[in-house]
Amino acid sequence: MAESIRITTPFTEEMSRKLKAGDSVLITGTIISARDAAHKAMTEALARGEKLPVDWNNQIVYYLGPTPAKPGDPIGSCGPTTSGRMDAYTPTMLEQGIKGMVGKGSRAPEVVEAMKKNGATYFAAVGGAAALIAKSVKSYTVLAYPELGPEAVAALEVVDFPAIVVIDCEGNNFYEIGQKPFRNFDINQI
Amino acid sequence: MRELENVAEMCKEAAYYLPDDVYRGLKRGRETEKSEVGKIVLDQIIKNAEIAKAEDRPYCQDTGMTIVFVKIGQDLHITGGDFTEAINAGIAKGYTEGYLRKSVVGEPLFNRVNTKNNTPGVIYTEIVPGDKLDITIAPKGFGSENKSGVKMLVPADGVRGVKKAVMEIILHASMNPCPPMVVGIGIGGTMDRAALLSKKALTRSIDERNPMPEYAKLEEELLELINSTGIGPQLGGTTSALAVNVEWGPTHIAGLPVAVTICCHAMRHSHRVL
Repeated sequence: MAESIRITTPFTEEMSRKLKAGDSVLITGTIISARDAAHKAMTEALARGEKLPVDWNNQIVYYLGPTPAKPGDPIGSCGPTTSGRMDAYTPTMLEQGIKGMVGKGSRAPEVVEAMKKNGATYFAAVGGAAALIAKSVKSYTVLAYPELGPEAVAALEVVDFPAIVVIDCEGNNFYEIGQKPFRNFDINQI
Repeated sequence: MRELENVAEMCKEAAYYLPDDVYRGLKRGRETEKSEVGKIVLDQIIKNAEIAKAEDRPYCQDTGMTIVFVKIGQDLHITGGDFTEAINAGIAKGYTEGYLRKSVVGEPLFNRVNTKNNTPGVIYTEIVPGDKLDITIAPKGFGSENKSGVKMLVPADGVRGVKKAVMEIILHASMNPCPPMVVGIGIGGTMDRAALLSKKALTRSIDERNPMPEYAKLEEELLELINSTGIGPQLGGTTSALAVNVEWGPTHIAGLPVAVTICCHAMRHSHRVL
């Protein structure tokens, strides 16, 4: 695997379009956490014609619900959650200008189509590497929906946050590319 | 009640310290992994386990819904209050003091309001001979739980049918449940008993095979099949699962229930005998 590509936020469409599935990246800057309940709240607010509490243009969203921080720490353990649960809301959120998403696991075809249209990239962080990932987070500031606890929308200042491009703006999917050489299985052969 | 303090401590232990057998399994996987990206992922997972243990931090931010298996010796008389309340008070204390995430909603469909202390746990009690209290705490993350499943087979489906049913669930899960997985399988009983057996299977060491040779062989064959899917440690490779643990139980003449609980690499549990 080649050397990691360094990315700094804000993350523009131009930056996004340069990345290819399989690229290893280190993200530095601000990323914004949101997961199930926040996505529901935001898409419902948009449906009512309201303005969102956060400007998502050129932002990277991190699908995250951290553990509480111990005294003196900026954040608790903070690995990615399953992105697929956000799929129903994602095309709407991409229209708000989000150019990067960090999570884990597969995405729906509608999400990939919306990514191509909006020039957005989907990154995976290593699922379950939550104590390790916390080392790259320097601060955690709740921006909206504090009542949602770990599901609140929050700004995370990160330095060299490790991730891999799984689906690029052209729809290339590293989950498929990465599994293929090692697949030696046919369910009909059982 | 002493159960309360013990349960609180066990919740923290389970969240911070990956069991040694699972840690060794990850190390073995790293040695044999063929994908270059897979090796990088396994390096991060192993490093994560080391940081969590050294610094008393949750291994994963999903510190799970708390499954509690209790074996109560029939000669034991529990005093000093409601036993179930004591277990739940222990969970609340452990999750609060241990800076663990509270991930439980009180009602699943219409309101989904967080109970804010991770209670109630999913508590299973069993009456056994003796005068001991045997407690296992097994927090279960839902990235993997959501990919678990039950299949009601019929006797004619046989071993081949069981393998197919398991592999369909594994292929559907793919990279989503944070592999390398540990796969718990329950065969027999009723639908609910099979599901419970699949959970209990996950409390057994990954280095220990089923004592009945036919089931031990099935465990090994299924592991080989899962590791030939290419799923690997999340981004493709050869280490898709660390182990397959099968438990079985008597069933009806017309049935062959098969339940599969998928666990992520955070195969956490804590055990004490009081």
